[in-house]
Amino acid sequence: MYEDGDGNTGAATHDERRGAATAAWPDADEPVIEVRDLRMRYGTHDVLAGVDFQVRRGEVICLLGPNGAGKTTTMEILEGFRLRSAGEVRVLGADPARADQDWRARTGVVLQSWRDHPRWTPRRLLAHLGGYFAPYSTPELPRPLETDALLEMVGLSELADHKIATLSGGQRRRLDVAVGIVGRPELLFLDEPTAGFDPQARREFHHLVHRLSDLEHTTILLTTHDLDEAEKLADRILILAAGTIVADGSAEQLTRQVAGSAEVRWSRAGETFVHATRDTTAFVRQLLAEDGDEVTDLEVRRASLEDTYISLVHQHERAPEPAARATTEVI
Amino acid sequence: MDPAVHAVRLGLRRGWREFTQSLRSAQDQGFYLFTGLMVLGYLVIRRNDEVPGSDLLVPSVATPSIIGALIAFGVIVGPAYMLAMEREDGTLLRYKAIPHGLRGYFTSQLLSQSLGVVPQMLVILVPSFLLFDNLMAGGATGWLTVAWVLVLGVLATMPLGMLIGALVPNTQKVGTWGMLPVLVLAGISGIFYPLQQLWGWVQVVAQVFPIYWLGLGMRSAFLPDAAAALEVGGSWRTTETVLVLAAWAVLGMIVTPLVLRRMARRQSGSQVEAARQAALQWIR
Repeated sequence: MYEDGDGNTGAATHDERRGAATAAWPDADEPVIEVRDLRMRYGTHDVLAGVDFQVRRGEVICLLGPNGAGKTTTMEILEGFRLRSAGEVRVLGADPARADQDWRARTGVVLQSWRDHPRWTPRRLLAHLGGYFAPYSTPELPRPLETDALLEMVGLSELADHKIATLSGGQRRRLDVAVGIVGRPELLFLDEPTAGFDPQARREFHHLVHRLSDLEHTTILLTTHDLDEAEKLADRILILAAGTIVADGSAEQLTRQVAGSAEVRWSRAGETFVHATRDTTAFVRQLLAEDGDEVTDLEVRRASLEDTYISLVHQHERAPEPAARATTEVI
Repeated sequence: MDPAVHAVRLGLRRGWREFTQSLRSAQDQGFYLFTGLMVLGYLVIRRNDEVPGSDLLVPSVATPSIIGALIAFGVIVGPAYMLAMEREDGTLLRYKAIPHGLRGYFTSQLLSQSLGVVPQMLVILVPSFLLFDNLMAGGATGWLTVAWVLVLGVLATMPLGMLIGALVPNTQKVGTWGMLPVLVLAGISGIFYPLQQLWGWVQVVAQVFPIYWLGLGMRSAFLPDAAAALEVGGSWRTTETVLVLAAWAVLGMIVTPLVLRRMARRQSGSQVEAARQAALQWIR
């Protein structure tokens, strides 16, 4: 079922990295997630066609990509809920397809439920599910999280004793998040955590993610369709398109990758011009030097993550974008 | 603290809570009331009829048979629906995502579904004892027989419910693949008319499955020894009852964990989401 492929060369670099690790935290430098040439095939359709990436301890990673790009499949393989077709995957030092219950205790998964435990209350359910983590408690890391504190963290204190069947969709999602973190996981998986949230709930959720990352040093892997969210939360963004990772970096790095990372607009004699360029300062200097007196309505706009995303996904899913984008056009 | 043992303890606690929550729910109370009234209605209508070939009244013979059938029905259809539903709505996946969670989940199912038999029996037994005379001919020994037939019967039939729940494609199919076969089996298992009046091959089919033996065991507990004359071979066939029920129980204990493990392995978030979409389609 598993193809080892070029596992040996990978192991060598892996050992070099380990050598550089600090003595204080022996596995601090070891990747929490390591994926090499991950492939997934359903019938004759390749959903994942060789995915490679690493996640370091404490990072917040956002997986972006169009529908059907394989985000959920990737997440489920890493969670140990789905068997891969080929490739090498290490999560917290183990293969998730064969990992045991002690490994499970170190991970948290936020699931999208819709009808479960209708007669329970959030307080009882969290206390019950948290109970499974009690045997994994240590003096340095007491487990599970205390129920009242957890309810407070996700903003469900007032609904703690209401039946779960009476919660709204957004409230239910917050309960899902609480269940995901009740065991104080080292690694947390969030698949579209804010789908269906109102703006305020979304902001509170972002606050919670920052808090988990800063205070609990939780490594977080999340998927989203909200680029603004990705920019706010992620240390690093991975874009998955057509079954491979097509971009890997911070929001700023990604924006710079795309040709013409900024747009200059101006008017002259009643006509409006647009020019896409990487070096805006030089372009504007030249523009003003040449016909400075006639230029009005000058505007410089940096490419947003959205521009970058759309452009990257286009490049990899269809033919490359027309070169016209790099030249000046009259509109 | 051993995590696996701890999970079993948590499962027992969850099972007890699910059971008490079910007792408090209007929906489940309604179900118990409905079955109770149906059965009592039948018994009251036929309260003065004699069973052909004996001087016993219909309520005396029918009550133990019906209790046997209701136990079988409860522990087959109940777990089948529960498992199919909780597979679709993400309950099972929740427990899969926590350490030793599935161990706790299945422990809880076994306990809550077994306990569910108690109110089911009481709702028939209490009014029957108030309305009819001479229901329990066996005295204390009779009640002891009720106890072991009950335990063995539950062990023999509940795995069937778990298997149906694990194998049906979705909750709506439990009616076709779970309820219907059980009703047919109950119909041919000598509850409403003696087995001997049916065709030979039907008698064979009925005696292969545990429902007939559950009813026979219950009749042997409640009825006087003379009533054995009404049964196949004129005997309670106690040894055969134990053997058939035990065989089903052992088979269940071997096969069910394998099937449940296979089912749990296939659980994932996208499967739950697909089931949710399908359920929404069905309701609209």
